[in-house]
Amino acid sequence: MPKIPLSWLAESVALVDGATPEDIATSLARVGLEEEGIHGSGVVGPLVVGRVMSLVKEEQSNGKTINYCRVDVGAFNDPEGPGHKPDNKVDYPSSKGIVCGAHNFVEGDWVVVVLPGATLPGPFPISGRKTYGHWSDGMICSARELGLGEDHSGIIVLTELGFSASDLEPGQDAIPLLGLDQKTIEINVTPDRGYSFSIRGVAREYAHATGASFTDPAGIPVTGAVGDGFAVEIRDDAPVRGTVGCDRFVARVVRGFDPAAASPAWMKQRLEAAGMRSISLAVDVTNYVMLELGQPLHAYDLATLTAPIVVRRARPAESIVTLDDATRVLDGEDLLITDSDGGHGARAIGIAGVMGGALTEVSASTTDVLLEAAHFDPITIARTARRHKLGSEASRRFERAVDTALPPVAVQRAANLLVEHGGGVVEEIYTDVNDVAPVQAIEMDRDYPSRIVGVEYSVEEVTDSLEQVGCTVERDGEVLIVTPPTWRADLEGPINLVEEVARLRGFENLPSVLPVAPPGRGYTHSQIVRKSVARSLAEAGLTQVLTYPFISEARLDDCLLPADDVRRDVIRLANPLSAEQPLLRTALAETLVDAVRVNLGRGAQDVAVYETGRAYLGRLVGSVPATYSGDSITPDDVEALNKAIPGQVRRVAGVMAGNKIAAGWDGHATPWKWTDAMAMVEKVERACGVVLEISNEAGERQSTAPFHPGRVAIYRLDGEIVGGAGELHPKVCENLGLPARTVAFEVALDPLIEESEGVLVTASPVSGQVLAKEDFAFVVPSSVTAGALVDAVIEAGDGLVEDARVFDVYTGEQIGAGKKSLAINVKMRDADHTLTAEEVLAVREAIIAAAGEKFGAVLR
Amino acid sequence: MTELSPLDAAGVDAAVAEALAAFAAASSLDDLKEARLAHTGDKAALTLANRQIGGLSPEEKAAAGKAMGAARAAMGRALAARTEELEAERDARVLVEEAVDVTLPVSRQAPGARHPLETMQERMCDVFVSMGWEVAEGPEMEAEWFNFDALNFDPDHPAREMQDTFFIDPPSSGLLMRTHTSPVQVRAALERRDALENEGRGIYVVCPGKTFRTDELDATHTPVFHQIEGLAIDRGLTMAHLKGTLDHFAKSLFGPDAVTRLRPSFFPFTEPSAEMDLRCFVCGGSDSECRTCRGTGWIEWGGCGMTHPNVLVAAGIDPEKYTAFAFGMGIERTLMFRHNVTDMRDMVEGDVRFSQQFGMEI
Repeated sequence: MPKIPLSWLAESVALVDGATPEDIATSLARVGLEEEGIHGSGVVGPLVVGRVMSLVKEEQSNGKTINYCRVDVGAFNDPEGPGHKPDNKVDYPSSKGIVCGAHNFVEGDWVVVVLPGATLPGPFPISGRKTYGHWSDGMICSARELGLGEDHSGIIVLTELGFSASDLEPGQDAIPLLGLDQKTIEINVTPDRGYSFSIRGVAREYAHATGASFTDPAGIPVTGAVGDGFAVEIRDDAPVRGTVGCDRFVARVVRGFDPAAASPAWMKQRLEAAGMRSISLAVDVTNYVMLELGQPLHAYDLATLTAPIVVRRARPAESIVTLDDATRVLDGEDLLITDSDGGHGARAIGIAGVMGGALTEVSASTTDVLLEAAHFDPITIARTARRHKLGSEASRRFERAVDTALPPVAVQRAANLLVEHGGGVVEEIYTDVNDVAPVQAIEMDRDYPSRIVGVEYSVEEVTDSLEQVGCTVERDGEVLIVTPPTWRADLEGPINLVEEVARLRGFENLPSVLPVAPPGRGYTHSQIVRKSVARSLAEAGLTQVLTYPFISEARLDDCLLPADDVRRDVIRLANPLSAEQPLLRTALAETLVDAVRVNLGRGAQDVAVYETGRAYLGRLVGSVPATYSGDSITPDDVEALNKAIPGQVRRVAGVMAGNKIAAGWDGHATPWKWTDAMAMVEKVERACGVVLEISNEAGERQSTAPFHPGRVAIYRLDGEIVGGAGELHPKVCENLGLPARTVAFEVALDPLIEESEGVLVTASPVSGQVLAKEDFAFVVPSSVTAGALVDAVIEAGDGLVEDARVFDVYTGEQIGAGKKSLAINVKMRDADHTLTAEEVLAVREAIIAAAGEKFGAVLR
Repeated sequence: MTELSPLDAAGVDAAVAEALAAFAAASSLDDLKEARLAHTGDKAALTLANRQIGGLSPEEKAAAGKAMGAARAAMGRALAARTEELEAERDARVLVEEAVDVTLPVSRQAPGARHPLETMQERMCDVFVSMGWEVAEGPEMEAEWFNFDALNFDPDHPAREMQDTFFIDPPSSGLLMRTHTSPVQVRAALERRDALENEGRGIYVVCPGKTFRTDELDATHTPVFHQIEGLAIDRGLTMAHLKGTLDHFAKSLFGPDAVTRLRPSFFPFTEPSAEMDLRCFVCGGSDSECRTCRGTGWIEWGGCGMTHPNVLVAAGIDPEKYTAFAFGMGIERTLMFRHNVTDMRDMVEGDVRFSQQFGMEI
């Protein structure tokens, strides 16, 4: 995001007296330019101008040659004599002694000296030290050491940097001289404010925020005349989304400038402060004008061009070598700048608005340049920059829309700077292919801003605000006819104008009014039930965690899912964060186990966690229909869209490892068992208000994985599998690094919630009659389940059995092989009278008969 | 020992006095039992004396009976009183002896806990539900149309680049992991537009939930995070109503002194758009070293604005008749500054110690 050197900003807008960089940042934030940082040079003095009085080359034993310099630093000089630390035998005139390893300077040169006590960016504190047999009082600095660029080939010689010796004086403070006292504010520019990618735009915004006077840097006179300059043609035969890729192209020649001319020091400083590198005068000038005005420019070596320049779309398999020396194969949508070397528009010399070509770039021998400033379609540029992953300073501006009026002005400004610092002549006649459509006026009810913002604005306030941002406003009764300025392509409709009025008038004066909503329905059944599920599990001792839904293919293997399991119908991300985890989980437990491992890895021995959330399951049913045409969507459209979105049922899952009850002073430890996993599902059932069918039978395409096939409960609702609970398969524990006999459960919540939606409990009267209790111990074949036997007992009670519960299970020699004993406690009660002994006996006999008949059960 | 005569008044008195002294001297219920047997038992002097009454003349009988009755009554009273005293002493002693150490651990099953992001979300929803708003939800894997197109994101607008989106493979599927909960706003508006149009019932919903962006996990970013957004559509709603709603929400979560401020910003789906800051509830802007607001006095909390007319049109609502506002904030971020969570990773790594700190409510 743009970095704004404040001294540059001050050239276009009067900064408020005494405003600190923080104050300026606050003002900009008020109108919507958020501060991202305030940067300084990081240099703390003394950093002074020095003149090299003497320079003695001394060869060292390591083969290096160093210079022992005596440098005149004016008021900072040591008095005449052997120096600050008299380690020299010689008497020197008043000066400082400094050891320097660079060799690009000679006696008499003006240099930059950092003295002991100073700090350079890093931070590197500077002190005097003994080196190579001398006492060295600081350093002679290179550009890189001062944070002024990457140049470390030698130290700074100020006259080479563009300073005149007559302006320099030994001991002079070099910090303001080099612009190192400058602060830079880095701001965040939102996508609608492309024009703020410039000093010009930010200065205007500062004026909006503070009322300071603004001087438009684009207000310079354009000399010469439009005519037959360098020939340019725009031939777009494949406009993107109906918009021609280039609607303005200004080209102007500057002849006879000095290719050896250096960019002035102030320009280099500002470019560096703004985050760009200084390259050569011609390139620096185009970059400088871009930063100042927001108009990207390009400078071609005129000698390499063959007229005419043709702006066209790329042809199949066409390629270009760009400025960064990369060969780029182009797409038919890419807009190119071509010249006619080898035929009309035959040679690509730049990707329009993104990056220039290497063949025609300005070189060290260029004397004649062609300056280009054009206006390109934001969408074309954005697509090309994205396609080639080639975001540049130019593309960043073009894709946010550049002022269509700028091209001739920007070229003039660049030409002026080129001539001023490199000599040469600007050609009078220049090319301006201008197909820019006039800006459309917007009609807005005068009270529309007040209606949206809730503040009563007078028509004068509305008009004044819009004029401040550059609009022209005419009034037609109750309607304002507003023509936005050329730099505000984002102002497309009345609502955009409302925002301008609101932000210029200030958001801080908004009244605070709480609206009254109509009485609502409260939480839905689903929302209430889900909260109840989450709460009951936490109260049962499980801790809720959240895990990422990303998994690897290997995770499904680790969970032992067979190839045809529905959970292999997995959804893949096109751009996963990690190539190892490109899939979305098909069950919560697949990722919840990671949380278990985190806790075990951090020293926990007993872990019980649960998660509520979605898993994503199902095959893509094809593309989502594209329905949007700018109109509203119909219920049919919504249905079609929803159908194309795969299932993502809300689920709940838990994993428990180690002990449920810790050993303590009052008892022994109890591990988490498969029964606990099932008990958690019971809590979920209770919270949802449903009872699920329990078995250990796998379903079609739904294996019992990841559970132990003999220690798993598979839950069904209306015949459909909705979950499972029990011990994890020993192999799964091994694969996932979980403790042996880790238990888990997982249930799809949405079907359970749907089942109970709208179902009201019908209360039965609670009988006050005396309870009768009977115990039975049945010996049955091992294959008979407790559940089935209890069901039979209840049924046999013919309404009189209130509850039946297995309280003991026994196998052993006394019972015999292939058999087991199930002890059942049965509670009986009738609604209207106390059961007589005869009645109880009758029920007892009915139960024994039924158990015998159905399961071959005999009383023990 | 000579036998006591029931007519020996002095002897009877002495025996009674002796018994009372013995009762009083008993220091335990066992001692008292012994004393009772000694003084009122079969072989006690007074018992034996009592037996002699039958052999006396009628005149003597009456006098002796009266004397003996008085003696027995006195002893009975004394015995009952002492018994009561000693029982009270014994009961008090037993309660002391049965005392336990209540600082011992009493529960050997570790307690569970809710995740604070979930409870924070519930708490936020409670604020709005209490005002009559409804909680709307939608899919996490979403159609691009709902996530972008309906929200006024032009297919080529740089704003789409602001969203680092997880797309579902193949990209032609038109599906993605929602980058914000805003698609739920559109869905909620679509579901309620008939009631708005036919019954004039304003739409007031909050949309909490999980959202996804391709950020690597670090101290301040996570690829999976949570947002809550609000949307109100009604006749005559203005930015002042937006501000009022935000102020109320801030006070509900941060106390009656909470203050919000709006700064201009940009979102494709709102116009005007604003960033919403909360006056630092820790230092109130008075501490330049404050860790919560980093000395700025304000905490960036979320984004908001007046819903763009194009969004209303997409949802089938006439922007000429109705205006709307929307706002949204990150629940992770809210949790971080409200509860001084300094590292986002603590929320997502699944270490139970993080959730445990918050317990069941927030």
